[in-house]
Amino acid sequence: MAEAEFHVFRGDAKGGTLQPYKIQVEEGMVVLDAIHHIQAHGAPDLAVRWNCKAAKCGSCSAEVNGRPSLMCKTRLDSLPLEQPVVVRPMRSFPVIKDLVTDVSWNYEVNKKIPHFTPKKDAPWRWMQEDIDRVQEFRKCIECFLCQNVCHVIREHAMQPSFGGPRFFVRVAGLEMHPMDDANRTELLKDELGIGYCNITKCCTEVCPEDIHITDNAIIPLKERVVDEHYDPLRKVFKLLTGKK
Amino acid sequence: MNAARYETHDFDVLVIGAGGAGLRAAIEASAAGARTGVVCKSLLGKAHTVMAEGGVAAALAHVDAKDSWKVHFRDTMLGGKQLNHWRMAQLHAQEAPDRVRELEHWGAVFDRTPDGRILQRNFGGHSAPRLAHVGDRTGLEMIRTLQDHGVHQGFEVFMEVTVSRLLVEGGRVVGAFAYRRENGRFIVFRAKSVVLACGGVGKSFRITSNSWEYTGDGHALAYEAGAELIDMEFVQFHPTGMVWPPGVMGILVTEAVRGEGGVLRNSKGERFMEKYDPKRMELSTRDMVARAIYTEVKEGRGSPHGGAFLDISHKPADWVKKKLPSMYHQFMELADVDITKGPMEVGPTTHYIMGGVRVEPDTGASTVPGLYAAGETSGGMHGANRLGGNSLSDLLVFGRRAGLGAAEHAKSRSGQATIDLAQIEAAERAMLAPFERADGPSPYDIHAKLQETMQSLVGIFRVEEDLAAAIHEIARLKQEAARVRVLGSREFNPGWHLAIDLKAMLTCSEAIARSAQLRKESRGGHARLDFPKTEPEFGTKNTVVKKEGETMAVGQSPLPEMPAELRAIVDAELEAVKV
Repeated sequence: MAEAEFHVFRGDAKGGTLQPYKIQVEEGMVVLDAIHHIQAHGAPDLAVRWNCKAAKCGSCSAEVNGRPSLMCKTRLDSLPLEQPVVVRPMRSFPVIKDLVTDVSWNYEVNKKIPHFTPKKDAPWRWMQEDIDRVQEFRKCIECFLCQNVCHVIREHAMQPSFGGPRFFVRVAGLEMHPMDDANRTELLKDELGIGYCNITKCCTEVCPEDIHITDNAIIPLKERVVDEHYDPLRKVFKLLTGKK
Repeated sequence: MNAARYETHDFDVLVIGAGGAGLRAAIEASAAGARTGVVCKSLLGKAHTVMAEGGVAAALAHVDAKDSWKVHFRDTMLGGKQLNHWRMAQLHAQEAPDRVRELEHWGAVFDRTPDGRILQRNFGGHSAPRLAHVGDRTGLEMIRTLQDHGVHQGFEVFMEVTVSRLLVEGGRVVGAFAYRRENGRFIVFRAKSVVLACGGVGKSFRITSNSWEYTGDGHALAYEAGAELIDMEFVQFHPTGMVWPPGVMGILVTEAVRGEGGVLRNSKGERFMEKYDPKRMELSTRDMVARAIYTEVKEGRGSPHGGAFLDISHKPADWVKKKLPSMYHQFMELADVDITKGPMEVGPTTHYIMGGVRVEPDTGASTVPGLYAAGETSGGMHGANRLGGNSLSDLLVFGRRAGLGAAEHAKSRSGQATIDLAQIEAAERAMLAPFERADGPSPYDIHAKLQETMQSLVGIFRVEEDLAAAIHEIARLKQEAARVRVLGSREFNPGWHLAIDLKAMLTCSEAIARSAQLRKESRGGHARLDFPKTEPEFGTKNTVVKKEGETMAVGQSPLPEMPAELRAIVDAELEAVKV
């Protein structure tokens, strides 16, 4: 059986180092299996989040050889094992310990978004094709990998005035729901700062659910914001009619 | 005791667990005016409900107009081999449609029928297409809907917090002692009512579809607080878990594969369900299908990695990807199998426990004042075997009822009880002792031994000498766990967390093994090789586990008797009910 070397970040908010561990490679093994093996054999306090082990819960996000990934679906046979596999926590969030980061900011952003608000007398009937695109957004498992790679967060730390791709996806799912009656464009423009996004598509690239975050969620939302808040003709129309 | 050593929070209702049942309970308790707190071991939205795939069972009658709560009730009772609490099965069948519609009103986006209503699919043991679903990620839809609705309802959420014991004063539950997984700091919750919605026990078995969280905390907390557990011998082995590669062994393959037309074959290419349940074939109940696959493998007709072949590739590839998207990706990415082109290999995996805290059906009240339970942590609803899809609906129906029951109870209490400091000190000592030992076994080793014991001795087929051996081994492991040593600090330390969780796992394992020993018959999820028949006299008895002093007492109590009008529904032919 082949052996693989792992270099795993061990440390906390104060700092840390990559520690070497050796494991025996089994057929079909994923990075999370390796981390669990390391835990059970020699590093019992190695901190890692996980739940489903089947890419459904979005808990085990980390950076494997520099690539933001879910550890439960990163196969060892997809990695060059002749060199050490480097596993680090997501870089954009403060480290709590080892591979566990403080993602609480995301939960605060989520609270800002008004929940689904059905139209009065909604008929509760709609066709499958009307919700295909909403269902795409609702596939999101909140792994926060998109937040982790977004430049606005990763390089510029704009968290206080920015929502991030995950929450643009959530808002898109609400705004494009055929029965929803709330308007969230003001929120997108001001509190969630959608204008900061310069559509580099890094989020789309790392999404384990293959959601077309930029093309299907962010760009249409940007268009709505522009239409409602920066279209001079519409502004006049609104003034005259009082309609939104 | 130095007050700074722990934080204190006061609530009317404390909900432990944030899966479907916990969140639904919290929403209802808040709506009833109770100041509510929710504790969860993981981040919000990651609870086990997120892994549910196939759907939520509710007699909406969108696809089959002849479906009704009566048919659903009858299916549930027959699937449970009539060991279900009739009142729970009745409430469940009657209220599930409203709970599903309510989810839609909170933003859930279910797949649609051609005329624009919620689509429903077939599932084992259901005699109508009944499962509202979203592809094969229904649990995600449900938990996200409850989460996103819930965060605006005013309850407070404590993420990554584990409760290690309930605080009891004068025979009444008055709070909980917990720790923050992130930094190991302690929390004392004072609460007028506590709702246990902690899920199940699967992590005591080696092959399981359950996550690390499923360590039986709710069952064990209730037991330690003096509540009764019923029917703990009934563990559901889901027929279809992945069997290869080794790292994914046990991961769930949704029953929706069979619901949508998937067929099971053995290595000889035979559609073997013809032998076991020719009428229902692949859509037989889970207990039957799991034993069929196990038997085929045991008798030498298994697939290369010790399972059966499950094939949906006769359906159009695009349709399969649309109906079963996560199965498609799961097999493609984890097992190099394209399910649109060839069969999957599947085998039984520990999935669910039917047994749990004995509750009063209408309110979720346990036998201990102030303590409530809902969802998988409670017992009675599913009898000896749960039908697929009946869990998600159970969470909604009884989560809501327990939240309401707990809120009502809280209103009847004038203030928070004074908690005896000795209890808190004892809880703290138990938590810290593993750090203070100079030597002792690793929690990972004890856990591995327990999993092997339960897997090999208390599994899908049971026999007296195995059960006796298991009980003996569990007792030995308990002694080992009492000496467990933890290395490292209190900062996010999985070894420490496991050492604490072990206690609950051992308690539940003992309860399962002892209950299995007492039930000398085969029924639903409990199959005895030495007592292969279903015995009528056991059909009128619940198995009861209760803590007496330091020992586990196991006995029986009479099954609540069903009213005549419901008995008539169960006993009638399907055609007479489905009108």
